Amino acid sequence: MRKTVIGVAAAVLITISGQAMASGGIELPKQHWSFEGIFGTYDRGEAQRGLQVYSEVCAGCHGLSLIYYRNLMGLGYTKDQVKAFAAEYEVEDGPNDEGEMYMRPAKPSDRFVNPFPNDKAARAGNNGALPPDLSLVVEARVGGPNYLYNLMAGYVEPPAGVSVMEGMSYNAYYPGHQIAMPSPLSDEAVEYADGTKATVAQMARDVTTFLTWASEPNMEERKGMGIKVLLFLIVLTGMLIAVKKKIWADVH
Amino acid sequence: MSSAPQWKNPVIRWVDERLPVFTYIDHEYNQFPVPKNLNYFWNFGALAMIVLVTMVVTGIVLAMQYTPHVDYAFGSVERIMRDVNYGWLIRYIHMNGGSMFFIIVYIHIFRGLYYGSYKSPRELLWMLGVVILLLMMATAFLGYVLPWGQMSFWGATVITNLFSALPIIGEPIVTWLWGGFAVDNATLNRFFSLHYLMPFVLFAVVGLHVVALHVTGSNNPTGIEIKGPQDSVPFNPYFTAKDSVGLGVFLIFFAYFVFFAPNFFGEVDNYIEANPMQTPPHIVPEWYFLPFYAMLRAITFDVFFIPAKLLGVMVMGASIMILFIVPWLDTSKVRSARYRPVYKWLFWVLVIDCFVLGYVGAKPPEGVLVLMGQLGTAYYFLHFLVIMPIVGKLETPLPLPASISEAVSGGSANSSPSGMEKP
Repeated sequence: MRKTVIGVAAAVLITISGQAMASGGIELPKQHWSFEGIFGTYDRGEAQRGLQVYSEVCAGCHGLSLIYYRNLMGLGYTKDQVKAFAAEYEVEDGPNDEGEMYMRPAKPSDRFVNPFPNDKAARAGNNGALPPDLSLVVEARVGGPNYLYNLMAGYVEPPAGVSVMEGMSYNAYYPGHQIAMPSPLSDEAVEYADGTKATVAQMARDVTTFLTWASEPNMEERKGMGIKVLLFLIVLTGMLIAVKKKIWADVH
Repeated sequence: MSSAPQWKNPVIRWVDERLPVFTYIDHEYNQFPVPKNLNYFWNFGALAMIVLVTMVVTGIVLAMQYTPHVDYAFGSVERIMRDVNYGWLIRYIHMNGGSMFFIIVYIHIFRGLYYGSYKSPRELLWMLGVVILLLMMATAFLGYVLPWGQMSFWGATVITNLFSALPIIGEPIVTWLWGGFAVDNATLNRFFSLHYLMPFVLFAVVGLHVVALHVTGSNNPTGIEIKGPQDSVPFNPYFTAKDSVGLGVFLIFFAYFVFFAPNFFGEVDNYIEANPMQTPPHIVPEWYFLPFYAMLRAITFDVFFIPAKLLGVMVMGASIMILFIVPWLDTSKVRSARYRPVYKWLFWVLVIDCFVLGYVGAKPPEGVLVLMGQLGTAYYFLHFLVIMPIVGKLETPLPLPASISEAVSGGSANSSPSGMEKP
């Protein structure tokens, strides 16, 4: 009896917490992701293609300011590849010995270069809307990767009777449906080096995997350690139960 | 067995004759008699102590990398998560440790309520526990502000603003708490300072709680006192072993969240840096405050000259303050709900009521949820102020066993006095 009540209480608690997080009201179709589950890892192919989508499409407006170029080595790039990638961007450095600020090519130790010098410039360039930094976007949205994927692929014609304001777009998965970002992806918007066909769905998937990695680059290390810790604790607890039984054997 | 031990090691003997710490430890943690029928719900006190130590250790390490400044706090937490060696591990342990602490302490409190652990002579033990709960809540609230995410900032704004409900002195108090005219850098600085201080105050009160426990001894599932040596076992090795089993199971639970669902208990909005110009659509506190938040919001009407906001604050405060007088609200002669056929069920109704309030607290206050919150709040106070005193007087308790050892071995058919098969 008591066990049943506790079980029900625990189920209620978990449901409450789950519901508390899944607000927003729009049902998000679930995708299957390589990084799900306790053994999940980032699909390197998806993540590398996602970097390409980010760089060629998103980076025009969205920063990724918590990521250093050196972090890309975690996606399977070599040091030289990362150096070459970083060198395509310019950062302001200084002051030099003459007291002047100067521009130089970015190095692996630099953070991803922001597309705008400040938020006001970003708003001025985007019809008054501020494109959010994407470093933590997957962790900062209800639904995480599923939200991001559906948002990317969710630009549809507004239903009959719904009028969209000037400069806004209709998105099936954005809270309130009116989003300032115009549809960022169209078929063949990028040309993948590995020959993958660049459909909107494929690009949305790839960039979502990349940005999930950007939100939590240590996830693989975390899960790998977690499995070892859990195995250790399960064995330890088994031994502790055996010890306890032996000690208590003569007590009634 | 209960005599002072003779220390063989000359250094230990020398110290012990001047400062009897070893004798104290031997008395309180080795020989200390504990009722032998304690179930696993009695693990949670020890678990809470372990989590408190874990929180202090991880917190001190985090403070070495954290920057309490509005411009850098959010970035410094992300730096811990990404660039500090194992920073993600320490921070996830600390973050989830807060939730674990409350899960454990809530179970510990409900255990006390079910088995009547607050009744004479353990009233002061119980009241010190309520003080611990209050300190924990303050510490958790202060700590949640430090990452300086959207929920940090807006949670701090909403909660500190509660003081403005007080007439006349309300507004000056809020300004004083903030150290300015809004939640800003001065607020973050003092919250960090106080968040670092509070756990040590907690330690002191926990120390008193433990001392009080060792005066009265543990209550037990039968609620009757130890009547002789056959009713108890020494703390060590019996309860060190039993607590260790509980610790192992708890650590598996804890590790699951740290490694595989570290953000389960959190709010996504706290991964957005605080922005005083943009209010999140729903401001919700951490899950462990939700029932109290529901009670705060349940009061949507003025009563005579008292405005709804002030009344809500008073109700929320009273919901915890009422716990202080529980030992005197319960009129039953019997401690344990095991022998209280009516109260036993009313206890579970209270548990369900707390979950309902938690659910209401998590949702926007709209439609039927407002009424649910009000009924839930009313029932919460009804339980303590009406049900506890009246049921204690009217109910006929079941016959109590003569002693703990009779309750354990006598009566039931499957345990023979000579059997060694007891698990």
